[in-house]
Amino acid sequence: MAVIEPKMVAAAGPTRRARVIVFGLVAILLLGLGVLIAMSAYRDDGGAVQGSGPGGAFTLTDPAGRTVTDQTLRGKPYAIFFGFTRCPDVCPTTLSRMTQLRKQMGAQGMKYNIVFVSVDPGHDKPADIGNYLTLFGTPIIGLTGTDAQIAQITKAYGVYFRQVPVEGGDYTIDHMAGIMLFDRNGRFAEMMDGTEPIAVSLTRLRKLISA
Amino acid sequence: MTRRFIIPIALSFLTIPATAQEFKKNNLTIAKPWTRQTAAGQSVGGGFMSIANSSKTADTLVSATSPAAQKVEFHSMTMDGGIMRMRPVPGGLPVPAGGRLDLKPGGFHIMLVGLKQPLALGRRVPITLRFQRAGTITVQLKVESVTFGTEGGHGRH
Repeated sequence: MAVIEPKMVAAAGPTRRARVIVFGLVAILLLGLGVLIAMSAYRDDGGAVQGSGPGGAFTLTDPAGRTVTDQTLRGKPYAIFFGFTRCPDVCPTTLSRMTQLRKQMGAQGMKYNIVFVSVDPGHDKPADIGNYLTLFGTPIIGLTGTDAQIAQITKAYGVYFRQVPVEGGDYTIDHMAGIMLFDRNGRFAEMMDGTEPIAVSLTRLRKLISA
Repeated sequence: MTRRFIIPIALSFLTIPATAQEFKKNNLTIAKPWTRQTAAGQSVGGGFMSIANSSKTADTLVSATSPAAQKVEFHSMTMDGGIMRMRPVPGGLPVPAGGRLDLKPGGFHIMLVGLKQPLALGRRVPITLRFQRAGTITVQLKVESVTFGTEGGHGRH
């Protein structure tokens, strides 16, 4: 190839040769531009996870009526799940899964907190949430707050939830079913799926408490 | 010698009706009806069971009532892009001919709405189901622990 190329260029004449060079330069320029755009996009993504990812300031109330903020939770990693006590399916199943994971981890299971936030303050009073969580037989921090406080934490944590009216004047709540893992400094680590294999979740939690 | 065998055998027979938890009417067999224990302040409970229809005609679970709740609804549960959605199902739930309607976590379920008192572990909660063809059947929902179905390391349900 290297031998043939100069011959071909020479046969094409000087104008043709200039055009090839211009095309070549343009191609290199476009390629470079593409790489730059891709890199900046990548950096934006990375920045979102590092800096402005899920998490941040919040103020809520625990079953004993005490105020719990993001600062209260500092110093220990935590697994947080958003739901409501009138959810008879995903919520107890997910909380049961978290209970089971903790039991399987033995003493290490107490090296992180389990946090449940009710996004239904209209129905779930702090004491009700406490009673509900007692059923699981392991310490779970149950939190809720005013509508504004719930709006604050769900926005900061990027948690989708929506009240949906149903017949008879009542409502149900659509909500994100994933479990979010945060490190001891309150930084988002990763998501945990309540239906993934137990071993996968155990690996995530062990990584979280050793980080 | 024989008594050593007779007693365990007799005891095993005694325990069968309690563990089988089957209710039959006409061509319908309802197996393992259960609910989860609830705490004070929890106003709803879920109901789960399997309804088998051995007839050649489909049936429909039209409605239900229970003395434990103000009303009984049927709900669907769907997961869509990580979002859990629960909706009342109007018009009842079909029980296919020669098939089964499974009410279980992660799918259709019964909702006991407006619990009159918490569902206590180990108790049985009567619920009367009304079918379009088979008529009414009263079954007892066994109140299981809140972690029931997720114990023992099962990955999925």
